[in-house]
Amino acid sequence: MGPPIHTVLAGVCAVFLCTTLSAQPLGLPPVPIPADNPQTPAKIALGDKLFNDKRFSSTGEISCATCHDPAKAFTDSPRVTSEGIHKLTGTRNAPTVINAAYFGLFFWDGRSPDLEDQAQHPIVNPVEMGLTNHDPVLKVVRTDPDYVAAFRKVFGTEPAQVTMHEVQQAIASFERTIVSGDSPFDQWYFGRKADAISAQAKRGFDVFMNKGRCVSCHTIEQNFALFTDNRFHNIGVGINRIQREVPQLAPAFLRAKAQGVDVDKAVLTNPKSSELGRFAVTDTLDELGSFKTSTLRNVAVTGPFMHDGSLATLRDVVEHYNNGGITRKSDPVNDFLSGGIRPLDLSDDEISDLVAFLETLTSPQFAAQRQAAMNPASCNVSTAAVAATDTVKAGGSAP
Amino acid sequence: MSQTFDRRTFLRNAALGVSASTLPLTLVELAFAKPEDTFTFAYISDSHIQQIRGTEFVRNWDRGLIRAVAETNLLTPKPDFVVFGGDLAQLGGKPELDHGAGMLARLSGKVYHVMGEHDYYLDLGEYWSKLFGPQYYSFNHKGVHFVVLNSILTYDDWTLRRWPTAEQRMAEMAGLDNPNGSPFMVGDKQREWLQQDLAKVKKSTPVVVFSHSPLQKIYKGWNFWTEDAEQVQALLAPFDKVTVFYGHVHQIQYNQIGNISFTSAMATAWPWPYPQSYAQAEQLLPKLTVQMNRADPFFERDATGWQLIDINSGRARVNFNLYNNRTRTVAFDEKTGQPQDTAFQAADQRVPPQDHF
Repeated sequence: MGPPIHTVLAGVCAVFLCTTLSAQPLGLPPVPIPADNPQTPAKIALGDKLFNDKRFSSTGEISCATCHDPAKAFTDSPRVTSEGIHKLTGTRNAPTVINAAYFGLFFWDGRSPDLEDQAQHPIVNPVEMGLTNHDPVLKVVRTDPDYVAAFRKVFGTEPAQVTMHEVQQAIASFERTIVSGDSPFDQWYFGRKADAISAQAKRGFDVFMNKGRCVSCHTIEQNFALFTDNRFHNIGVGINRIQREVPQLAPAFLRAKAQGVDVDKAVLTNPKSSELGRFAVTDTLDELGSFKTSTLRNVAVTGPFMHDGSLATLRDVVEHYNNGGITRKSDPVNDFLSGGIRPLDLSDDEISDLVAFLETLTSPQFAAQRQAAMNPASCNVSTAAVAATDTVKAGGSAP
Repeated sequence: MSQTFDRRTFLRNAALGVSASTLPLTLVELAFAKPEDTFTFAYISDSHIQQIRGTEFVRNWDRGLIRAVAETNLLTPKPDFVVFGGDLAQLGGKPELDHGAGMLARLSGKVYHVMGEHDYYLDLGEYWSKLFGPQYYSFNHKGVHFVVLNSILTYDDWTLRRWPTAEQRMAEMAGLDNPNGSPFMVGDKQREWLQQDLAKVKKSTPVVVFSHSPLQKIYKGWNFWTEDAEQVQALLAPFDKVTVFYGHVHQIQYNQIGNISFTSAMATAWPWPYPQSYAQAEQLLPKLTVQMNRADPFFERDATGWQLIDINSGRARVNFNLYNNRTRTVAFDEKTGQPQDTAFQAADQRVPPQDHF
């Protein structure tokens, strides 16, 4: 356990507010603010309070911040998949809220169109905050004197008139302040500070831009870098586990959906349906097994990786891509693999360089977490290598 | 990729009580006319399976065919049959045809095969015929008369007397814009057979013809061409409803000549045209001298795909399933009397091509 959430949060938020209300962090564009939900300091503070309120769960133990913990770069690292009420686990790894303000669609499969819409769903998901509907939330915000005053001040709304619309707007406003750039990479690439990153990381950047083909999806623009194309790709994670069952699963899911099954609940509670990816949302064969391109900012402190948290280290991730969309070289490639994924033929040194580059994407606010044993294994070590070492230490015989 | 809202899906939705305004490709089922007039089939073409050496094949082309087969198998309800439109192999050798046939064997249901020039010019179709049967034939399905032609034959002099080896003959015909090539044709023997075959068919029966090359003259330099196209068209002219499907061109084309509606198929291998600009790894693409635009060269599957076709009262509606791209539908329009793109036909609905990346 880290320090109490609110203490950390106050400190972290002060930094965020300061950054957002003054200069743009290096490496990021202006935060897009929807015309119907302008930012105000009072609304942001209200959103912060809502984000941390555990009363919005059936057990009173889970808030948004449980899985998007500011002390863990707004994830629940090192958890593989998130843990909601009664220690129930879902099927997906909690993505960071940092820089979510720039994303085009929300959740790993893009089933939600904006931050406002997204905020309502975990509250009523049976394996997250577990309420059956939003009434308990409204009851709290309509009766708690602090909330009554805050909603009156921010929205000019009397208690009885407060709806989820205002709740979601406030949470989204708060989330739009959680932005961070200024990483060593930003200092080097946009700030032109030649010694901001190591020679190895610079070589890794070359791999990132060229032989590794990373930049085609983890985009870098002329004067900012979000490291995501905001698109969805089948990269051979998750879907590889259910390959044989796809011919039964996919049509069965479509039939169930046509009969009114709730996609949000189905994909988080059924591990196999979950791996259908964006297909479950759009029904298009082209998106079978595809998930959203994550940003790479702060990636060294948000492990484990991928939508299902199945890859423990950044080196594991790079090796997966290097193998052409399979984690172990002997695995079969899935039939629906994105045409952008192919074996890369990177050498061991190139892989190490690339991981060294990815480690330069950590913003100063989260650099301390790098040291805080969030990722016990170094990002630049392959899990397979660690396992092999353990076997030797334990005196086990190699297969 | 979005399915446009149209009358058919509306009718089906209404029938099922589905409130959503769209239905996935896999659940397209026709609500028109009598059930016996309506059926679907899948159409996969131009996979160009290419051996590098031994058991090593070009990964890109393998992935294209594997994906088309896997997606076709997910169609619900199942199509009545699958047509493979030719050019299964790149240079016609046994290893290529065997490897391709192995991948096609995963298709559930009946598969009809069309001969492509890349399958033919090494051994003049001998091994292909061992695997897949006759090179031209016809069959009837739910009131429609289907004809499969081998349209990629050419002059005997070119085929039998021009080249010192079978390998060179194959390589010469495999080039897209090769001046040493020779125009494709159906030929006298097959046209005679076609005449006799069609003589038994009522003029009101819808006729659907599969050929590998277009049975129309588009561009001779690339052999988007069949030398005796007019003579074949004349044999089809007496029928009320004729549809010709062809592969070979690796791009979406549609046209109406008289009573005949033409629609091409996308390739699963690569699109024509394509740029060679994104060549960080060895490409193994055939050489092309005329550079043109491609949607997104990073995604090797982009601008490739396969087709789900429904035949409704003898008219075709072709759903192009395009990877990394929007689905397109080309359907016969009763008002204009020709096939039309259901979304992009009007000039102001078209998406301008990208000119940089």
